[in-house]
Amino acid sequence: MTQTSNNYDVIVIGGGNAALCAAITAAEQGAQVLILEGAPKPYRGGNSRHTRNFRCMHNAPMAVLTDSYDEQEYFDDLLKVTGGKTDKKLARLAIRSTEECYRWMEQRGVRFQPSLSGTLSLSRTNAFFMGGGKSLVNAYYRHAEKLGIEVRYEAQVSHLQLNGDRVDWIEFEQQGRTQRLSPKSLVVASGGFQADTDWLAQAWGPAAKNFLIRGTPYNRGVVLKNLLDQGAESVGDPTQCHAVAIDGRAPKFDGGIVTRLDCVPFSVVVNNQAERFYDEGEDVWPKRYAIWGRLVAAQPDQVGHVIIDAKSINLFMPSVFPPIQADSIEELADKLGIPADGLRITIDQFNGACRNGDFHPTELDGLATEGINPAKTNWARPIDTPPYYGYSLRTGVTFTYLGLKVDETAQVQTPTGPIKNLWAAGETMAGSILGQGYLAGFGMTIGTVFGRIAGQEAANYASH
Amino acid sequence: MQAIELINLESESSPFQALDPLQDARRQLEICNACRYCEGYCSVFPAVHRARSFSDGDIQQLANLCHNCRGCYYACQYTEPHEFDLNVPRVLAEVRQQSWQDHTPPSVMARAFHRHGSAIAVLSIVAMALLLWLMQTGADHAEGFYGLLSHNAMVAIFLPAFGLPLVAIGIGLRRYWRTIGGEKLRLSHLKDAFASAAQMKNLAGGHGDGCNFEDKDRFSHARRHFHQATMIGFLLCFGATGIATLMHYLLNLPAPYSLASLPKLFGISGGVLLSVGTLGLGVLKLKAERHLADARVWGGEMAFIGLLFAVSSTGLALVAAAGTDWLTLMLAIHLGSVLTLFVLMPFSKMVHGFYRLAALIREAQLKPH
Repeated sequence: MTQTSNNYDVIVIGGGNAALCAAITAAEQGAQVLILEGAPKPYRGGNSRHTRNFRCMHNAPMAVLTDSYDEQEYFDDLLKVTGGKTDKKLARLAIRSTEECYRWMEQRGVRFQPSLSGTLSLSRTNAFFMGGGKSLVNAYYRHAEKLGIEVRYEAQVSHLQLNGDRVDWIEFEQQGRTQRLSPKSLVVASGGFQADTDWLAQAWGPAAKNFLIRGTPYNRGVVLKNLLDQGAESVGDPTQCHAVAIDGRAPKFDGGIVTRLDCVPFSVVVNNQAERFYDEGEDVWPKRYAIWGRLVAAQPDQVGHVIIDAKSINLFMPSVFPPIQADSIEELADKLGIPADGLRITIDQFNGACRNGDFHPTELDGLATEGINPAKTNWARPIDTPPYYGYSLRTGVTFTYLGLKVDETAQVQTPTGPIKNLWAAGETMAGSILGQGYLAGFGMTIGTVFGRIAGQEAANYASH
Repeated sequence: MQAIELINLESESSPFQALDPLQDARRQLEICNACRYCEGYCSVFPAVHRARSFSDGDIQQLANLCHNCRGCYYACQYTEPHEFDLNVPRVLAEVRQQSWQDHTPPSVMARAFHRHGSAIAVLSIVAMALLLWLMQTGADHAEGFYGLLSHNAMVAIFLPAFGLPLVAIGIGLRRYWRTIGGEKLRLSHLKDAFASAAQMKNLAGGHGDGCNFEDKDRFSHARRHFHQATMIGFLLCFGATGIATLMHYLLNLPAPYSLASLPKLFGISGGVLLSVGTLGLGVLKLKAERHLADARVWGGEMAFIGLLFAVSSTGLALVAAAGTDWLTLMLAIHLGSVLTLFVLMPFSKMVHGFYRLAALIREAQLKPH
């Protein structure tokens, strides 16, 4: 054990968007700041590396954002996706701060651009980062360096020593050495626990071992667990995670955006027994994106298979891997490793249930099957035009909901009151606001708003 | 707790190294097409996103559209050590290089001079020696440079040395245009392409902060500005020669010219810009990460920058050397470097300007208006 002699005002645990916003804000108040980032430098930035936009309220067209998106509409959208599971005060605080955040971000090197091709539906609500989340992270690290913020990579915090209502010291490992530091104040911004599949398995059973993790392998919830074990108050359902259906060939970790598959509405989806299990055409894909993660998780081996034919191959955004291709349904089944006769029967039944009508790929067209269960209620066209294409589907976990409970100053709470020198920001406290579901670009909103609040509060506390 | 070493940072050889540059570019661009985060940086990504699959011609076109600004590399969440191992600037540089070598005849010359800076140096010295020898064997009894090397001798050397390489470039461009499926040229396409080139729009980084070159992910306009100094400097020098030729033949006003004459004003200002530009580009190239470009031609590119610097600096030195004993040697060195530059136009980095312009014209034909 080595005791380092450095005296820091504020230590920020984590190295993503929320951590950087906190560190930058604290340093701009004059605090001496240290960032402990658990990942090595090429992987710095946590899940922020994979983000692409920031949901921002505005009452008139503003920079890259079209039209208007006012506080009430933003709040209503949040209520819809969370089913009311949100701390309304914190939610409104976050939403109201976004307009000012936009300028703050720009001033610190973040560059925005209009919504990307294929995401026109977000042009009003979301400001896209030019180059994506990693370019945002790079800009903030550049800015942090200018402010004299010290950054240590591969510095994994293992323990915060809670003594009554304050944290006395923290312990972290770096280059095989365990070190202790006693800063005046601390900000926890080290994400959720979704990369710890053992922890996921506690809620999901052994099936969780077959889940893919869409983001960083470094969010294992070590600090979160350490604080909860010492009596910090939690929010969010500990058993829930945001999961979507992604290309089954994606890497175990860090596959990010490119592994998504948008072709389910134009397909027939079967399990390993070549049987259908849900209405593929229930709604437009963005609205059904998230439920398919759970649907696939409930199938044998946690695998699904999307089957489309030549009619539909150009109707969706290309995926990172080319589809498996075959000239017959049986050949496709062989290549996918599912029973060929079973798939033949399923497809024949499905094709027999399709009826004539107009097909409109971009809207609910009511082109539904008749007489099969489950029905396909939109975009039901027979799978009959070779070549046939198949993708395997697996459950991809985006983030977990369990987090630290905070108040409006981002201060971490215990049943007996706040911890005097500890604040939290980003995914690790997002469960307070996002109790379930997800709203595109809202994770970056929470990280930016509460990162800045936490940095400000931590610096204020350290200065007296 | 799980093992902490989730990702092996020891760089093992990439499984994609066995792919040839065209195949690897296709693999990488298909990943880009599923991501699209870099759409705002330059013309390459919108062009990628218009397609779903990429022919060899498509990839060569995209490669020649790429200005190696590296914005997409530093912004990419899939660069090594990630298993996708994306390095779009490098793979496109390799394809681009290959497309120049394959299309420009004779390709054996292209291979030799693109890759080997030493070959450029040897050719320069041979050219200088040749000119020195010519000067010592025969000259007009004329004033100025023609007193050292007759006007007719200069024309006899430089006309083919300029004309033949242009023919090679022309053949190469024609082949390239066919490879990428180019259509008939229209004035609006040319306007669009020249405007992009004149502003170096594709090095401005979409947001106007410039590109990532000399200091990793920091944006800067240094490369854009030095490149423009080089290009404008070169064009001014070229203009000086052109004006002098017209004055010689049409107005019967042979050299030497006074300092206030058009050829001298163009030549001196061009020489200064070209010297400053090439020096700057050389320094930036030393600082830049080499694995984000085609490492095989680093030496050839550096020697080419050196050659351009030699052309401009010795041209300026000639002005200073007027009336001194150094004039003969300086003239031989200057004309030797100019001769080498001309001869190597199709087989050096010089050729990028022609292909880049062709790619920008093609992009103007393809992009939605």
